[in-house]
Amino acid sequence: MTGSAVDQTGRTGARLEELRAAGRAALISFLPAGFPDLETSVAAARAAVEAGVDIVELGLPYSDPVMDGPVIQRAAQQALDGGTRTKQVLHAVEQVAAAGAPVVVMTYWNPVLRYGVDAFARDLASAGGAGLITPDLVPDEAGEWIAASDAHDLDRIFLVAPSSSPERLAMTARACRGFVYAASTMGVTGVRASVGDAAQRLVHDTRGAGAERVCVGLGVSNPEQAAEVGAYADGVIVGSAFVKALDDRGLDGVTQLAGDLAAGVARSRAAAATNSTAGTGKASE
Amino acid sequence: MTIAGSGARQQPQQQPGHLRDQHGPYFGQFGGRFVPEALIRALDELDTCYRQAWADEAFRAELDRLHATYTGRPSILTEVPRFAEHAGGARILLKREDLNHTGSHKINNVLGQALLTKRMGKTRVIAETGAGQHGVATATAAALLDLECVVYMGEHDTERQALNVARMRLLGADVIPVKTGSRTLKDAINEALRDWVTNVDTTHYLMGTVAGPHPFPEMVRDFQKVIGEEARGQVLDLTGRLPDAVLACVGGGSNAIGIFHAFLDDPDVALISLEAGGDGFDTGRHASSITAGQTGVLHGAKSFLLQDEDGQTLESHSISAGLDYPGVGPEHAWLASTGRAAYRPVTDSAAMEAFRLLCRTEGIIPAIESAHALAGALETGRELGPDSLLLVNLSGRGDKDVDTAARWFGVLSDADLVQSAATAAATPVDEGEGAGW
Repeated sequence: MTGSAVDQTGRTGARLEELRAAGRAALISFLPAGFPDLETSVAAARAAVEAGVDIVELGLPYSDPVMDGPVIQRAAQQALDGGTRTKQVLHAVEQVAAAGAPVVVMTYWNPVLRYGVDAFARDLASAGGAGLITPDLVPDEAGEWIAASDAHDLDRIFLVAPSSSPERLAMTARACRGFVYAASTMGVTGVRASVGDAAQRLVHDTRGAGAERVCVGLGVSNPEQAAEVGAYADGVIVGSAFVKALDDRGLDGVTQLAGDLAAGVARSRAAAATNSTAGTGKASE
Repeated sequence: MTIAGSGARQQPQQQPGHLRDQHGPYFGQFGGRFVPEALIRALDELDTCYRQAWADEAFRAELDRLHATYTGRPSILTEVPRFAEHAGGARILLKREDLNHTGSHKINNVLGQALLTKRMGKTRVIAETGAGQHGVATATAAALLDLECVVYMGEHDTERQALNVARMRLLGADVIPVKTGSRTLKDAINEALRDWVTNVDTTHYLMGTVAGPHPFPEMVRDFQKVIGEEARGQVLDLTGRLPDAVLACVGGGSNAIGIFHAFLDDPDVALISLEAGGDGFDTGRHASSITAGQTGVLHGAKSFLLQDEDGQTLESHSISAGLDYPGVGPEHAWLASTGRAAYRPVTDSAAMEAFRLLCRTEGIIPAIESAHALAGALETGRELGPDSLLLVNLSGRGDKDVDTAARWFGVLSDADLVQSAATAAATPVDEGEGAGW
């Protein structure tokens, strides 16, 4: 591992800092590459950016997605059944990155391992990708990826969970570059009725453990939840709801949802500001 | 006397205890914890609880008592001379795990983990099952120890092992057919992991094999190594010497590691694992992940697995539901890469021929999984000759496989099979019914 003095901002972190200066949280979308087909998935991610998404997560579909609920499982399976290949996903990164927002790839670990960790990092960087989110790779197992992401100047986003110990929060915060991904609840991806208190507590604890930027995912699906989470987190990550919107209503559905969520995120800090700044978790500023 | 490819002769000078003393999380480059962060605390808790329990005489005594009064341990050793006539006259001894309560070696591990579940204060167990053996054993232990039990089983497997679905429901377990992916064991594990991450505060994932994230490979091995410890003593008592080879089938690998472990530091004992060769290794339709030899990460551990060029898991194929898994436990990957154990594929046909032979010559109906080990013994006996002594783990009994075998050998008339199919169709495996029976 490299020394602790390395700059941890990265490209997603830089975008989050800009937005923080502008007084709001980031809206982050997730869509799997190749769903419903490669071309549409690229168009959908670009449409999301044009409608107000600040950072894009592009999913690399995997055969055994243990962190995902039924909506994203089905989308990933459809992408694989349609013949989506890792090389094509890297090409899709390039096409989506052209829309102007930082693009990170969300992937289970085996496809990266199989491609070759350093080769994947090299090709992701040359496609204009900003980094990786790795839901089944904890920093303890990530030596090779930490070296490769340093070598190719990529963000590395690990997850923390409500069950993470203070020691693990600190260790994970140190290992991340860009932001820390806080899984709002114990469970898999999917639309939920409420995000719950655990998320806010986790963001608070993760900042307390040294993280500069914390974004919240799992279960956020509507503008009200986005506003609620945007009041205390640096970014609001929405996945299954985007997949459903694309599946049900196509690109228009994605545009509509992105616009609604962006409005929710925009009003979150305004609401928080009128309630004074107490409790918004901006302790690091 | 040598065994081609066994590797046993490649490292003849192991220090006593050296190989037996391997602990997780890593076995060489294999193993580890490739899981969501949300599960790390539960794995740490399990690791701590298991180590404390293993060092606690009261826990060990309780497990021993259950094995003596409930499982039926020690399991016996049976010599099979009429079967051995087809194996070049080698002397063959079977370790009869098929005679355990619930019909396989799975109960050894299940009772240990069920006691740990109580010790951790958890009230619910979940499990994956392929052939249904582990699911039945888990449902049994849950009934015995008053735990809520949910078993995930690939829909394809619920169809080919309908009788075991019924068994689990009779025992009070909720059996959930998994309809995603290949609808077999790997998908059942995915679904169990999703359940676990959601319900981890109340729930223990009672994993049935030596795969998965640390501490499962080491812990399950420790609960299964009783097989080899008993067998080693029994073979010495009976013959005055160690066997030339120990054979076992390997899917995830728990019965194999269970019988191998006591022999790891006996360099003159060859350890031979038989993987499911399906239609034949060269056809690509098989479950021989070690023979295929590609490293990757699946279900929380780095090991060998069947995967395509992009690291997507490939579907495995085997007549035996219990071996139909595209991965293998990390300790096996390590034993294979160091050469201490040999791994060979056995086709469906060869396994079924050995199945038939054991039925006809010894009056023992083996599980189709275990028939792979028997096929390996026929081949190894012919290689080693009449002076050789082979120990085979008969890991399970074949009652659950009667329908599959009847179809394979055509021992029922078409009218009988129609009747059998109608009975299977009437079983409400899709509805989750029957759990409140």
